[in-house]
Amino acid sequence: MIRSTGSGQAQEPTVQIATPPQARTPWTRRHLLDLDELSRDEIETILETTDAMKEILGREVPRVPALRGRTIVTLFYEASTRTRASFELAGKALGADVINIAAGGSSVEKGESLIDTVRTLEAIGAEVLVMRHFAAGAPYLVARHVSASVVNGGDGPHAHPTQALLDLYTMRAHIGDMRDKRVVIVGDIAHSRVVRSNIWGLAAMGAQIVVCGPPTLLPAGMRPSQQQTEEPLGLPNVEVQTNLDAALEDADVVMALRLQTERMHGGLIPSIREYATLYQITPERLSRAKTGALVMHPGPINEGVEISPEVATSIQSVIEEQVTNGVAVRMAVLYLLARGKPA
Amino acid sequence: MCPQDGALMDAPGPAPVGAHAVLTADDIRRAVRRIAHEIVERNHGLEGLVLVGMRTRGVPVAQRIADAIQEFEGQPVSVGALDINLYRDDIGSVDRAPHIQPTEMPTDIDGKTVVLVDDVLYTGRSIRAALDALTDFGRPAAIQLAVVVDRGHRELPIRPDYVGKNIPTARDEDVQVLLQETDGEDEVRIMKLIPEPER
Amino acid sequence: MTTIAIQGGRVIDPANGIDATADVLIADGQVAAVGPDAGKDASETIDATGLVVCPGFVDIHTHLREPGFEHKETIESGTLAAARGGFTTICAMPNTEPPTDSAAAVEFVVRTAQAQGHVRVLPIGCVTRGRAGKELADLAELAQAGAVAFSDDGSPVADPHLMRRALEYASMHGTPVIEHSEDPALSAGGVMHEGWVSTRLGLAGIPTAAEEVAIARNLALAQETGSPVHCAHVSTAGSVELIRSAKARGVRVTAEVAPHHLALTHEAVMQGAREAPGGLAYDTNAKVNPPLRTPEDVAACIAGLLDGTIDCIATDHAPHATQDKLCEFDAAAMGISGLETAFGQSLSAVPLEKVIAALTIAPAAVLGLDRHVAKIGTLSEGAPGDVAVIDPNAEWTVEPETFASKGKNTPLAGRTLRGQVVATVYGGKVAWQA
Repeated sequence: MIRSTGSGQAQEPTVQIATPPQARTPWTRRHLLDLDELSRDEIETILETTDAMKEILGREVPRVPALRGRTIVTLFYEASTRTRASFELAGKALGADVINIAAGGSSVEKGESLIDTVRTLEAIGAEVLVMRHFAAGAPYLVARHVSASVVNGGDGPHAHPTQALLDLYTMRAHIGDMRDKRVVIVGDIAHSRVVRSNIWGLAAMGAQIVVCGPPTLLPAGMRPSQQQTEEPLGLPNVEVQTNLDAALEDADVVMALRLQTERMHGGLIPSIREYATLYQITPERLSRAKTGALVMHPGPINEGVEISPEVATSIQSVIEEQVTNGVAVRMAVLYLLARGKPA
Repeated sequence: MCPQDGALMDAPGPAPVGAHAVLTADDIRRAVRRIAHEIVERNHGLEGLVLVGMRTRGVPVAQRIADAIQEFEGQPVSVGALDINLYRDDIGSVDRAPHIQPTEMPTDIDGKTVVLVDDVLYTGRSIRAALDALTDFGRPAAIQLAVVVDRGHRELPIRPDYVGKNIPTARDEDVQVLLQETDGEDEVRIMKLIPEPER
Repeated sequence: MTTIAIQGGRVIDPANGIDATADVLIADGQVAAVGPDAGKDASETIDATGLVVCPGFVDIHTHLREPGFEHKETIESGTLAAARGGFTTICAMPNTEPPTDSAAAVEFVVRTAQAQGHVRVLPIGCVTRGRAGKELADLAELAQAGAVAFSDDGSPVADPHLMRRALEYASMHGTPVIEHSEDPALSAGGVMHEGWVSTRLGLAGIPTAAEEVAIARNLALAQETGSPVHCAHVSTAGSVELIRSAKARGVRVTAEVAPHHLALTHEAVMQGAREAPGGLAYDTNAKVNPPLRTPEDVAACIAGLLDGTIDCIATDHAPHATQDKLCEFDAAAMGISGLETAFGQSLSAVPLEKVIAALTIAPAAVLGLDRHVAKIGTLSEGAPGDVAVIDPNAEWTVEPETFASKGKNTPLAGRTLRGQVVATVYGGKVAWQA
């Protein structure tokens, strides 16, 4: 950190120069589909690049020409205001041209297949495709059929890597080294792509992960009743709890998930009221966590359902910061993908 | 690909052949002191002066200049660090995204005299990128340029105001400035580049 | 008299307990003799030295897609695929468009097969009218027109009351009911086996209970009515166990297993057949119903086949057009094109003699096909002149682009199988030769 002077007051004689970058493997990936493939080193590269991007966003004119002349297309088959806007701002902050396509209002409606759609976009000039799709695996299919870079903005219940990255960035900003820290994620685990990507990211950073929810909202392979007869499990180890108090004990981070009513079909929970009684993060419940534990939420929040209003706006809540960090993280991702390959 | 313009410090580069020193630690120390004096002299004092080091090695050089000024003027000078990777004009000619770090501007630069500091001046493209970056931060009254080594071969109409040493070089040579803060020793070396084998 | 002899091969005829080097002589389309030098005067010969010779395979579960879905397969292309796989008889499932729920529809299949088919096609009729699961089809009329079994396959007969009536009614003329055991409420929305792979991939799962609940129901109904039921494509350990104990109690039940359920697990969806170029494969070629399951389920199916709980192998050949599979996993059609890999894949799980029995006499017995084609699935004298010639040691790479089937949808693309059909003789004529 470099101190400014000028008022003549005494300062430290030596100023610490920001450490030269640790020799990191240069970024070579063409796509960002999920965090399961990334090494710890690669995740650190993204987070460090995010630091620089955050500084740019803090300027009066938050613009750099790094991706000038590049075309980024956001192709969203699922409605989303925040994630899409976040990507759009990120692309524009880097000087790129950003085109947004909402799949409901295009030739997709006429029955054009996903592959045909993305091929057309590529022919028009898209170099980076940011995709959100309701079908798990859709970006993987696209990545096999285009030469553009693909960023997964969320594929069904499977993955949402940029969300997990911004969550990691936020945790790191407050906590630092995540090794052995207890991170508790509460809610609709079975249908949440945020949870899955976070599990991969947190495991890479050495954190201790706890998932908590009713058995009906826990996915196959993570239910406490299941004996793991198969090996290997293919998923990082997580502690599974159906009791919220037990889960929150000594937590460093508490992340509440939105109860996704649009993904649930009947019978998964009896009522919102009962869910809130058992799993809502309230100040009383939160007291079991470590003092000053971070409270997080990927948004949008159902206040009074998964999290009480007091907790959502409390001093421990970093929920708004997550959103700001989201733009910076996405800038870092777009920069690395768009610049990290031969033109 | 030129390893000196800009902060591609993590690029391995071609293998060096027979590096020889052209500046010793003492040479560097004296050059820095002289530059510090010249800066104060030309600007008639420290009023409105800001030193901005270009990452990576320009930053410790800027700090050394600031320390020297503090020593003989008895007053501190603001020092900032500028990462120009997001302003480079060689999109596509480097095959890796350079590792970028935050830029730290300690003060508002409007109306100030900014002295950009870098280790080596070569084609001038890094300086062009730095000028773009600086104008995104504000409107300095003047921008001056201080470098430890000017090795010639300018491709843009850019000239330094303060030079440690002029070292004419060939295009197939590489000039490396090593600093205690980043490399554990002070030295300026020249070496011949072995062209990278065709990939 | 036209004669053809397959000479000098290792003849394996499970029906007659034959496993010896011999010639097979076929005269005028029927097996005339099996023995050393039996074929020495034949007008046409096939040299089977070093190869295995057995009755042409019988598949009691094939989807031919014609009429209605000819872009996926036709009777002509499907029977050629069958011949390439060593099959000389295939039973055509009725989920065509229109479905085979009338005598006219049955006759269409019979006529088209006779005109264009490369091997024998025996039609299966629907259990319910239009396969809608609401009313019985005219089962007697279908049987009269030539249907050898009834099935709504693709779908279960979901209404247990209707299923009971179907079993009772069908037993009248001894035509078996083949039931696709699946509880639609439990499987709803699922696209692959519910397990750790589905969790990893974020795909909705089909729990094993979806099959087992239905199997238990069908066994209870079979017991209640005293009528036989045949369980199509059994895939779970629990199902095998249910069938085993039902058989022990004397319930009239038979069962089949598909080659892919003897060899592949749900990991095939995640990894794909070839090296997925970084990342998860989401291989739609591994999307099938019932889905590929766990190693424990595979082991149980193999054990069930070996101990007779499962009576036979049936391919559940389900060809699809490329565009039906080249899409997001959720949207992809379910099914594996399996006629041409059935033998090799089965051989990777169970011994040669068992594979041959499970593909010849056993399926014939399950559906009582002997009543329609005497001595089918055997090399008895007077049996149809249907023979498969196989090299059980040949290793070959599965290249779907070279399939005779229009369906190139196999999770085995690029993989190596051991055991290849070298020639197929149908009715005394060479239907296919490598």
